Amino acid sequence: MSAPSVRSSSVLKQTEGSRAVAETVAHCRPEVIAAYPISPQTHIVEELSRLVKSGALTPCEYVNVESEFAAMSMCIGASAAGARTYTATASQGLLYMVEALYNASGLGLPIVMTVANRAIGAPINIWNDHSDTMSQRDSGWIQLYARDNQEAADLHPQAFRLAEELSLPVMVCMDGFVLTHAWERIEVPERAQVDAFLPPYDPRQVLDPDEPVSIGAMVGPDAFTEVRYLAHAKQMQALEAIPRVAAEFRDIFGRSSGGLVHPYACEDAETIVVVLGSVFGTVCDVVDEMRGRGVPIGALAITSFRPFPLDAVRTVLQRARQVVVLERALAVGIGGIVSANVRTALSGIQLDGHTVVAGLGGRPITKESLHRLFDDAIAGRLEQLTFLDLDTGLVERELARMAKTRRSGPSAENILRDVGSNR
Amino acid sequence: MSGAPQVKFYQVGSFAAGNRLLGPELQSDQADPGRSNTLTCGHRACQGCGEALGARYALDAAQRAAGGKVIAVNATGCLEVFSTPYPETSWQLPWLHSLFGNAPAVAAGVAAALRAKGRTDVRVVGQGGDGGTVDIGLGCLSGMFERNDDVLYICYDNEAYMNTGVQRSGATPPTARTATTQAVGEDPGAPFGQGKSLPLIAMAHEIPYVATATVAGLRDLEAKVHQAMSLRGARYLHVLVPCPLGWGTASHDTVRIARLAEQTGLFPVFEAVDGEVTDVTPIRRHLPVEEYLRPQKRYAHLFEPELRTDVIARLQRSADRNIARFGLLAQEEASS
Repeated sequence: MSAPSVRSSSVLKQTEGSRAVAETVAHCRPEVIAAYPISPQTHIVEELSRLVKSGALTPCEYVNVESEFAAMSMCIGASAAGARTYTATASQGLLYMVEALYNASGLGLPIVMTVANRAIGAPINIWNDHSDTMSQRDSGWIQLYARDNQEAADLHPQAFRLAEELSLPVMVCMDGFVLTHAWERIEVPERAQVDAFLPPYDPRQVLDPDEPVSIGAMVGPDAFTEVRYLAHAKQMQALEAIPRVAAEFRDIFGRSSGGLVHPYACEDAETIVVVLGSVFGTVCDVVDEMRGRGVPIGALAITSFRPFPLDAVRTVLQRARQVVVLERALAVGIGGIVSANVRTALSGIQLDGHTVVAGLGGRPITKESLHRLFDDAIAGRLEQLTFLDLDTGLVERELARMAKTRRSGPSAENILRDVGSNR
Repeated sequence: MSGAPQVKFYQVGSFAAGNRLLGPELQSDQADPGRSNTLTCGHRACQGCGEALGARYALDAAQRAAGGKVIAVNATGCLEVFSTPYPETSWQLPWLHSLFGNAPAVAAGVAAALRAKGRTDVRVVGQGGDGGTVDIGLGCLSGMFERNDDVLYICYDNEAYMNTGVQRSGATPPTARTATTQAVGEDPGAPFGQGKSLPLIAMAHEIPYVATATVAGLRDLEAKVHQAMSLRGARYLHVLVPCPLGWGTASHDTVRIARLAEQTGLFPVFEAVDGEVTDVTPIRRHLPVEEYLRPQKRYAHLFEPELRTDVIARLQRSADRNIARFGLLAQEEASS
């Protein structure tokens, strides 16, 4: 982390990721917050509730809604009425608001939402992976993935800047529990800094009795393609805006957060590991240790997954011999999601590419496993699609039970019983 | 009574009376040449559409009450589709359509934004059909009621999903024929024992104001909108709007059919404050349900090929129950 600049008045303090995000969001002066509880996002809205109720954040309407669908719907109404609007969710909650997610982006409403990344059921699982936000990669929202809690906090003023400049909603994705519940030293931005960085919201469209407009009309084949193209064009504008806003952030706050991608030791790397989110830190540690052994390996964090920075990714990866994409989500039936995007960036370039599905449902991604994985990749022992630390015995025994008996029962419970009996 | 003012007329043999017989202060909002024409002409509603009629009266009254500062949020449905075939729009007020099932939450979001901005002068109306209100929008509506969000929500109830081609909703009455409760089999049409009364559900939330109305009582509808707009918090207005297409009625009969729904007791017209019924519109000419059912093709199977007196009697019992429950014939009984 870079030293605070002379203009910075941030205070370095030991705090929880969720709390740092909530305090930072409060400094962004949201006027309407819709809140619905779901783990592991709850600490964020709990702290915001306290800040509004105590009068620390005013004027702000904090509304306890009855579902995530209502939360996003309330954000749509508030944003269309010209208010700076925020909510937070995770996992099933994100899926429950999907219809409204597409509506918010389709209407061009600059809502900012934190997603505390969590697995999707069944089987129900509250722990971290990226299945939730990856499922919404085509929802029209900008998606920024935080590497650590400092960045998670810092991305929020940037998210409001980007959202309001482009009239597009922005998701700030932070790993559930791994970041949301982790205590570490964070420079929480001060209100004066945020005020200097984030101007008041000046809506491009607003429900105003003095200038009545109709918003949300039906659009037929004559113009639908053009409206959708415009959504894409705005995300292409975001490719330019995201690094510019990150640079302005650095000027005011004195530290580097956000941007499109973050390469680490990639200049002369023959193998580059591509990741999103908090696992970047662990991967960089492994890269350091392998570099100590003389292995030419590097890592690339993709911060902006939507829009996907094709050129920036290509620039970093094209000199490598081998690319390993470490994914915290699974596209059932094909494998990688991030990998498919990376391959688009590398169109026309012949590279040894691998997809590794890792850390699903909160399974720790350990340095030991990563060492073994990267050694295998470099030695040419890695298949194109690998599931890190997969217990093949468990899977094979369940497949055998299914082959043996028609009514073999629920698979998840069978596997858990198997795990228990072998403990 | 907050409804239409009681005015005695002696010169006509019907219950109808023209506005021109009233003083300007008692005339309807629609009689005012300066009315806002909130849902203006040129929209694509069917001939005789009860929803277009109800929405026009309700929103013009709301605009009048709010000094022209209403923001409307619309659920997906006929009203949304026929009013905004862009680049044309019939709305002469700020209007937002988001989704089918979220209009109450979107409206509550608009209200929250206005509150944060200190704009107490601007008022919010949410609106939708019965499908968007009693079925897919019920969760959001209940949340809006329970939080007492400062929104007047108006349901235009035509008792089925008309926009998608007349399918059964939770507001479809027993025996009515729809595309998904067809007039076939031993018990043709929608089954008995299903359906819900959203006004009663709204009352259970103990919100400040709940009222029902029909397009047969447009002056009453206007008065109830004004009453609702004089209050803050969650308010609910449930307006019966016959649908010539879905009900199989003549387009010139929309108001007559709505009046028959009132006069038979099948649709009770009342007001409730904080969860208690405070006023009802008495039935002035009580009619048997058959008078209401017979002109509607959606009930044709009750009359052809054979007269289903058993089924009609069952419908009559539900009308009688409404009459007893709400005291719809109280005045008649008192005078007899």
